[in-house]
Amino acid sequence: MKLNVEANFTDPDAFYASLTDLHRNLDRQQSESANARLILLLANHIGDLTILEEALTIAGEVK
Amino acid sequence: MQNTYTNPIYPYRKSADQNTATPAHHPVVIIGAGPGGLALSIDLALQGIKSVVLDDNNTVSVGSRAICFAKRTLEIMNRYGCGKRMVDKGITWKKGKVFFQSEQVYDFDLLAEDHHQLPAFINLQQYYFEEYLVDRTQDFPQIDLRWKNKVLAIESTKNLNTLTVATPDGEYTITSDYVLSADGANSKIRTMLGLESKGQVFQDRFLIADVVMKADFPTERWFWFDPPFHKNQSALLHRQADDVWRIDLQLGWDADPDVEKQEEVVRPRIEAMLGEGIEFDLEWSSVYTFQCRKMDHFIHNNVIFVGDAAHQVSPFGARGANGCIQSVDNLSWKLARVLQGKAPVTLLETYNTERQHAANENIMNSTRSTDFITPKNEISRIFRDETLKLAKNYNFARTLVNSGRLSLPCSYNDSPLNSIEVETFNTNLTLGSAPKDAPLLIDNRESWLIDYLGNTFTLMVNIDVQTPEKLIAELNLLAHQDDLKLLLVTGNNDEAKNSRIQTTIAHQIIIDHKNIILDRYDLTPGSTYLFRPDQIITGRWKSLSNVQVSSAIQTALGFELEK
Ligand SMILES: Cc1cc2nc3c(=O)[nH]c(=O)nc-3n(C[C@H](O)[C@H](O)[C@H](O)COP(=O)(O)OP(=O)(O)OC[C@H]3O[C@@H](n4cnc5c(N)ncnc54)[C@H](O)[C@@H]3O)c2cc1C
Repeated sequence: MKLNVEANFTDPDAFYASLTDLHRNLDRQQSESANARLILLLANHIGDLTILEEALTIAGEVK
Repeated sequence: MQNTYTNPIYPYRKSADQNTATPAHHPVVIIGAGPGGLALSIDLALQGIKSVVLDDNNTVSVGSRAICFAKRTLEIMNRYGCGKRMVDKGITWKKGKVFFQSEQVYDFDLLAEDHHQLPAFINLQQYYFEEYLVDRTQDFPQIDLRWKNKVLAIESTKNLNTLTVATPDGEYTITSDYVLSADGANSKIRTMLGLESKGQVFQDRFLIADVVMKADFPTERWFWFDPPFHKNQSALLHRQADDVWRIDLQLGWDADPDVEKQEEVVRPRIEAMLGEGIEFDLEWSSVYTFQCRKMDHFIHNNVIFVGDAAHQVSPFGARGANGCIQSVDNLSWKLARVLQGKAPVTLLETYNTERQHAANENIMNSTRSTDFITPKNEISRIFRDETLKLAKNYNFARTLVNSGRLSLPCSYNDSPLNSIEVETFNTNLTLGSAPKDAPLLIDNRESWLIDYLGNTFTLMVNIDVQTPEKLIAELNLLAHQDDLKLLLVTGNNDEAKNSRIQTTIAHQIIIDHKNIILDRYDLTPGSTYLFRPDQIITGRWKSLSNVQVSSAIQTALGFELEK
């Protein structure tokens, strides 16, 4: 497995707070758009297709 | 409506076959004189094979269908002797703009790789493409092209095909060893033989219109996603020859094709798209539903399906006619060698495997473009729209925007016809891939590598080795081999030395004066490339051995498949 699923955040709490802050004043539709942009930005940063496919698989599995 | 082009009318001529007591027999009968059938007849003729071409009509494509012809197709046309005419008539373009809703999100310049004789692609109306092919068929006595000859029935057994053909003078029957069925997407031959082409119909309709602009308009490809003049749909504007512009307007599944193609409905849509005060004449309009589908197997007994009859794609990415021509390129040399007794019949099966691989790739690419243009659900649309918004300021997002990708040839990397590769070449060309062109000098004249490849096997060797005696001995053993031509490449212009080698092996030398061949092929001294008659790279070695080359040719001819 190339996808890093071990803890890797420099500051997990701060990240989580920023993520929820991003959505605080958005309605459902705006949130969906923001999420899409976020996924696209992060996916490009990762770049490597094998890693992205692994992440997509896990995302698809979790119910 | 059409003013820039008048369809040529080709004469129907009664053939001697129509008067015979018993059906005349031909080795090859081609059904359909579209891009596929015409190209097949020329390619076979170039390799000495006669064919009869039957077409139910007496002209070329009525109204424009394909417009984008890619480099690989042009290289094949160059081999047929029609490439230059097409490039001269066509529009070579490289710039484009992408719009989303009311703004332009970015513009692009394709910056095609330098040092190629032929452009990355041209826009040319399909009727010109076909007309130039028809003209070229006239140069070959091997081609018997019969207009107004419609195939009504086919009977196919393991070894013999029997065709019933309708003409203005009534029906006649002919038999043939092989039938090449290039009768288009709705192939009746396929249906008559109980065969199917399976895949996906896109639940969408597109208005395809050709207009003549009265004023200047830039030679660019403009693509709109969800424009204000055509809410929730897409639009494309692209220039063709004769100041004709292609317009594609997505209409949605509910649109009524008969209503949509009427001038009074088309006109306001186009006016809204081009902006106020732009005058134009409407040349042609039609409404299409697009499909991506293919047959499970392209060969049935001795009936071989080619082009849209075998594999069909939606036009985004221009892989229909381009894929069709590459299938022709793949099939012709194989069939020629089987008919000449130089290759086993099993070689034909690799037409099926290699082109199934290509068809899958073409369908995958066309489907991806179609899915980006017409998102299949709400979340796909959100991703699509956000990609476009990000594309305005962020370069990375532009790589995801897919309004049709450049049609690139498929690589037959896993083909059983390839030799086993033992050395490493520092290039992105692989066994099974189409060649890359390069400039060269021959007899002090500038020319191009692509002009010297194809129709037979071609062996390209860098002769700049320290002690050439061994190399010359090997070359001499290959110099008179049937179906093989040598391409001796040197990096230096040492005339004395070159003419010495030239006389020892009685062969012309080409000079890689810009070192592009060296670069693109990693063709270091002694290195050798073997190209198939369709120019595909099939073997390569760091030094030349006539035994290896001969065995690679046997492999490429399918003799290993027998085992
Ligand atoms: C709107 C549109 C845009 C397109 N744009 C592009 C593009 O930009 N680039 C690209 O590469 N492709 C494009 N294509 C696809 C391209 O037009 C086809 O892939 C191409 O025409 C296929 O050639 P073909 O020879 O297989 O079949 P066809 O061109 O369909 O030719 C079949 C021929 O067979 C004849 N025939 C049929 N039945 C019989 C019979 N029973 N007896 C005798 N003759 C018969 C027909 O009269 C016809 O001449 C586009 C298609 C459309 C519709």
